[in-house]
Parts: sequence; structure tokens; C-alpha cells
Amino acid sequence: MPQAPPDAGPDAPSTPPAPPVLEVENLSIRYGDVSALRNVSLSVHEHEIFGIIGPANSGKTSFLKTLNRMDRFESHMRVEGHIRFLGRDVRAWRNVYALRQHIGVVFPLPVGLPLSIYDNVALSPRLRGVTDRRELDVIVERCLTRAALWDEVKDRLDSLGSLLSGGQQQRLTIARALSQDPALLLLDEFSIAVDPVTTMRIEDVLKELRKEMTIIMVTNLVQQARRLADRTAFFLTGDCVEIGRTDDLFEGKVKDPRTYDYILGRFG
Amino acid sequence: MFKATELNLRNEQREKRWRLLFLLMALLLILPVLIILILLVYRGGPVISWSFLFEFPRNGMTEGGIFPALLGTIFLVVVALVFSVPLGVAAAVYLSEYAPDNWLTRTINLAIINLAGVPSIVHALFGVGAFVLFFEFGTSILAASLTLGIMTLPVVIVATRESLQAVPHAFREACWALGATRWQTIRRIVLPNAVSGILTGIILEVSRTAGETAPIMFTGAAFFVPFLPESVYDQTMALSLHLYTISTQVTGVPEDLPFGVALVLIGIVLSMNALSIAFRVYLRNKKKW
Amino acid sequence: MQGIMYLGGISAIIFIIGIFVFIAKEGLPFLFGAFDLKEFFTSPRWIPTSENNPTYGALALILGTASVTGMAMIVAIPFSLGAAIFIGEFATGKTRETLKILIELLAAIPSVVWGFIGLTIMNGLIIKLFNVPIGLNVLNAGIILGLMAAPIMTTIAEDSLKAVPDKYREAAEAMGATRWQTIRRVVLPAAKNGLVSAVLLGVGRGFGETMAVLMASGHSINIPHSVFDSVRALTATIAAELGETAVGSPHYGALFTLGILLFIITFLINLTADLVVRGIRKK
Repeated sequence: MPQAPPDAGPDAPSTPPAPPVLEVENLSIRYGDVSALRNVSLSVHEHEIFGIIGPANSGKTSFLKTLNRMDRFESHMRVEGHIRFLGRDVRAWRNVYALRQHIGVVFPLPVGLPLSIYDNVALSPRLRGVTDRRELDVIVERCLTRAALWDEVKDRLDSLGSLLSGGQQQRLTIARALSQDPALLLLDEFSIAVDPVTTMRIEDVLKELRKEMTIIMVTNLVQQARRLADRTAFFLTGDCVEIGRTDDLFEGKVKDPRTYDYILGRFG
Repeated sequence: MFKATELNLRNEQREKRWRLLFLLMALLLILPVLIILILLVYRGGPVISWSFLFEFPRNGMTEGGIFPALLGTIFLVVVALVFSVPLGVAAAVYLSEYAPDNWLTRTINLAIINLAGVPSIVHALFGVGAFVLFFEFGTSILAASLTLGIMTLPVVIVATRESLQAVPHAFREACWALGATRWQTIRRIVLPNAVSGILTGIILEVSRTAGETAPIMFTGAAFFVPFLPESVYDQTMALSLHLYTISTQVTGVPEDLPFGVALVLIGIVLSMNALSIAFRVYLRNKKKW
Repeated sequence: MQGIMYLGGISAIIFIIGIFVFIAKEGLPFLFGAFDLKEFFTSPRWIPTSENNPTYGALALILGTASVTGMAMIVAIPFSLGAAIFIGEFATGKTRETLKILIELLAAIPSVVWGFIGLTIMNGLIIKLFNVPIGLNVLNAGIILGLMAAPIMTTIAEDSLKAVPDKYREAAEAMGATRWQTIRRVVLPAAKNGLVSAVLLGVGRGFGETMAVLMASGHSINIPHSVFDSVRALTATIAAELGETAVGSPHYGALFTLGILLFIITFLINLTADLVVRGIRKK
């Protein structure tokens, strides 16, 4: 089952074989009578950036939602198949809250919570029971720095996170996800509401983060997958059409011609 | 070439006439409030004085002040709030944050609509049957306030639910994704951002509660009580009932005295309403996201 | 925590059932005793205090309530719908906000104050204007009740107008329709259910109003023949007589039976209004 880890990209860590962080087997998702995703199987390895591309309504976001069991809050969402995170089925985790603390999520539209910038980042540690102010200070500074936001906000940590600009809020969201110390970071079309300059800054941040964690990145920008992802999966209307090394896909070494058509922008 | 036809012009005329008609209707609805207010101030204003507010009624309620009624109304409102605010907020939190879309939730919503729609005198009958007789509270502030509290429960529930639902769903999802439980999310993100809306609803409830008469007539308020209430098991006077009493049940009351009582009552009620409206406008201008 | 919140939610159901149970409990001894169904609904003779032959005919009371509510709707329906259309479709910005706030204040005036206005100001006005001996009658109580029911009807009607998507208005106006044509041909038909439920809730409000009707209707048992007749309403009867009855007496039970009648009627009105509104959402 575990495939040979890819050695993609010049700055990929060169320590094979890493065990898969995430294994997905025959995953299907339905909303009532509508099928959103069918029989997806894939595995994601440690310190890998795994890209998912595809047009709208391909089931990309639904796929992410099942990984940290957010489907639990959507009563009409039905999930079949197996998802193993760190070797354990996500539905076997004793409580979903512990599972979610190991998985960071960045949403398409930035969500700065209506708390101060400081409290936004300190929220997750506080949920875990950290109360010591100095410890929190350290975490907040470290996460904001790693999300490339610290310099812009260090003088106004008390102002509301929800009033920052879109690009800043998106980096705040990343900082908040980092404060969880996640093993896996899920990014859902993070650049949709962010200007190109900030997008590039965030991409630099992600390249750094890959050294410490595994990243699954759903993106609407094909070229973004090319810039960042070690391997890329192509989803189309609920099917996982192809999974391959990003470089191969972009060179046209594809099993299914639709993948290359999409990459070249012939549809979608 | 683009000259308006006869029909175009006629339509434009008609448009203006309808607009005017609707404006007049709106104004005619509002006019009575203004007239009532002016009349009450004009005739009741001179009655109000320091001693009117802080003295007991004298001489068969034809002279003196309204102090016990004023204080009684405050007591009734406070006890009613103590009971209905926690209950109403809990109900709203359940309906907004937990309740699945099923028959039970629909039944609860229907019950809330009916609680607000049942006539106040029926609430009074309930208060008599349940609190005065069955639970043996007697005619007391407790029985009257519980009746009032149940009657105005929908006000708190509706206001709270609205302000909870005004908090964007994305905030909840972001918080859940951090590994927060539903309750942690409610406590840290949802409630803090809804609290001012809830407060607006509570102020509105105060205004509703203070003005009610029928539900307290037989459950705890009395025409005349010569002393101030000392516990929730005592009877009390109340402003609204006092207005009814001196304008219908007592003879020899000076003509302007009830206007003074009405002015005080409507003053309390409308200032509470104005406060709630001002609070709402202030909140709308102070954006948090 | 969820459990506590759940109890809060359930409490609404418990209370509404409790209301029915406790009123029924007090009313039952009468229902199975002195109660005569035919007399109750067909006799206008409500003489519960008679020593040797108390009769409990509620017809005059039912007609009293109906006439006052009907009068109220004649006042309230055109005015509140007109006001709702003006506020929702014509007024903008500050005008709109001010009108809405004033309507809200209108809704806040306590019923006992309305009753007092009817008793003092309206009474004199009606006597002078129409040259009748008594100004406390169907007309007086009806106008007062209409003004009381109007704000809630205006608010709900305006909400249902607002629920009609703007794209419909834009589509109609793009074809050259005037604002009024748009309202009449597009907005009002689309908002129909909401407007119907606004009227129903207004009727429910009028039906259940107590103090204002008690003070402004003249409170005399009459089958009304004109708007200048004094009448007595179901609610007012309970409010006026409950204080004078002994707990458990037939009279006492009869008043609770009136309460059961009121509860059932308003419950049905609210249920219908809710179903009508739900009809919109399904569309």
C-alpha cells in the first residue's frame, strides 16, 4: 500500500522512506441523493505538499471537510470509505476535537475571528488549557512570525482580527492554524480573496512550513500547484482522475488526457 | 422620437398619487402616538412632582402619590427577568446552535409563536391555576412575575436567536476547525458577539413587562396595598393596574390624576424602548467584522 | 451544556402545554357540570350571578369580540398594508428608519394606556362628533384595537415585502414598469402569503386584547346592531369577573371555559398563520 515517497522539487527533504501521514481508501461522499465524490484513494506522505486541482464542483472542498471530520456538523453529508490519519482511522479517534487539534485548516475566505489579533492566535492553545501568559506570548509571536504577519501587527495586537485587510486576515488564519502545532495543514483555495503579492508571501511561508509538517493544498490556480506541490491530484466532477508527480503532469506525462487538457486550460 | 405617450404620463401621475396615499396612511398610523404623547404630557405633566412619585396614595387613592405602584412594577419586572432571561437565552442558544431540523424543533418554534400569541388574560388564568393555586404561591409577586416571565419569554428568545444568528457561520467553522467543542465555540466566539443584541432584547422585555396589566390582576397585583412588599410572597401594587383602578374603579378622582399615572407608565415604557432602539443603532454602526 | 440549553428549548413546549392543562383543569368541573353546549353558543344571556337560575350564554360575548375585532381590522388592514408598502417600497434612508422607529413605539404603548385613551379622549370625541349618548362602543374599541394591531401587522407585512428578491423588481422596472405597477403586479403577488399571515396575526392580536377592550367598549352585554352600541368581549368578561368569583364555583369554571375557548381560537389562528408563512418558504 505505501507507495515510494516522491523526491520531487529541489528543496524536498531527502530522507525516504517517510510513512504516509494520510491514507484515503475508497472515499465516497454524498449530500442526500447527490454524489459529491466517488471512490477516491490516495496517500499523502510526511513533509509533502500535496496539491489538488480541478474545476468547481469537483468535490475538492468536500474532500477536505471529511479529513478533520467537519462532516459531523452537516447532517445531510454521508461519508463512506476509510481515512487513516497518522495510522488511525479518523472515525476511530476517541474524540473529534483531539483529531482536529492535529489538523490545521485555512479557509478560502479569510476568517479573522472577532477577537483581538492576540486572542485569535492564542485561542487554540487556550482551548488546550494553556493559561500562562508568557507561554502564550511566545506562541503568538512565533506563529505570527512564521505566518509573515508579525512585523505588520506587532504594535497593535489588541485590535480586532476581523478588521484586518483580506491578505492580513488570511495570514492570521494561517498563524492560528500554526498555533495548533498541526501535523497536517489543509489549505482550501487560500488565495481566492488575497492579492497576488500576499499570495506570493504566503507561498514562501508554505515552502518553509513543509519542513515541519505535511500540507494538502486545494487550489483553483493550476500554476500555484506547479510552483508548490510535490505531487498533484486532479479531481473532476467527483472523480479523482489522476495522481502524479507535479513535474510529470506539467510535462504532459499523464495517464488521462483530460488532466493535461485541464492543465493547459483547454477547459475548466 | 422618445416622447412619452399618453399612457406613460398617466402612469406617472398614478404613481405619484399612490405614493402619496401610502405616505398618508403611514402618517395616519403614527399621528395617534404623537397626539397621545402630547395630550399625556399636557394634562399629566403638571400632576407629576417629587411627592407624586415618592408618596403613598391617600384618601381612597384620590390624592397623594404612586410610590408603592412604581416600586411594585420594578419588583415585578426584576423577578420576571430573573426567571425568564436565563431560560430564554438557553432556549435561543439551543434553537440557534444545537437544534437539528426536525419535528421537535418545529414544535418548539410553534410553541414560542403561541406563547406570544395566547391572550394575556389567558396567561392570567394560567397564572391563577398554576402558580396561585397549584403551587400555592398565593397571590404574590412570585406568582405574578412567573406569569409575566412566561408571557414575555418569546421576546427574549426571538431577540437572542436573532443576534446569535447574526454571527457569521464562518466564525463557528473556523473555531471548530481548531478543535473547539460546540460549547467552547459558543462561549468564546458566538455569545461575546451576540451579548449586546441579547441586551437589546432584554430591555425590550422590560418595556413589555412593565406595561402589562391583565396577567398580574389576579396573580399578585392588588388595587391598594397600604405597605411596601417585603418578600416575593407579598402582594403589591403596580403602575399599570393603578391606572386601571383609578380611572375605572374609584370615584372622586381628580380628572388629571390618571393622566399623571399614564404619563409615568408610558414614560418608563417608551424610554426603555428608545434605549433599546438607540442601542441597536449604535451596534449597527459599530462594525466588528 | 447542551442538556441545559435543550431544557430551555423544551420549556416553551412545557409552558404551552401547561397553560392548556391548568386552564382545562379549572374549567373542567364546569364543563361537566352546569355547562350546556347549546346554551353556551346560542344564548346571549350571560347571567352567572343569578341566585336561582344562572345562565351561561356566551353568544353576546363572542359577537362582542367579533364585532370589535372586525371594526379593528377595517381600520388596521388598509392602514398597516399601506404603511408597509410605503416603508418597504417607497421610503428610503432616514425617512424609512424614522417611520420604522415610530411604528415600533406605537407597538410599545401598553394596552391599559390605550384603554385609558379610549375611556377619556376617544369617548368625548365620539360623543361630540356623532352626537350619541355614550362614546364607549364598538367604534371606540375598534379604532383603539386597530391602532394596537397595526404595528405588528405593518412589521410583518413589511418583512414579507422585503423577502421578495430585488431581482424581480429590477426585471419589472427594466421593462419600463412604474414603481406602483411593479408593486401591484410583481411584489404583492410574490408576498401574498406573508401579507395574509400579517392579517391573521393582527386578528389574533385583536381577539386576545383585554384591557383596552375592557375600558373602551362600554362593557355591557349586547348583541351589537350598530358601531355605536356598547358591547362586552370574551377577554374583558374574564378580567372583570374573575376577581369576584369563588374558586371552584360554576361561575369561576365558566370563566376558565371562556379561557379555553380563547386559547383554542388563538392557537388555531397562530397555527394557520405559521402554516401560511411556511408555504412561502417551500416555494
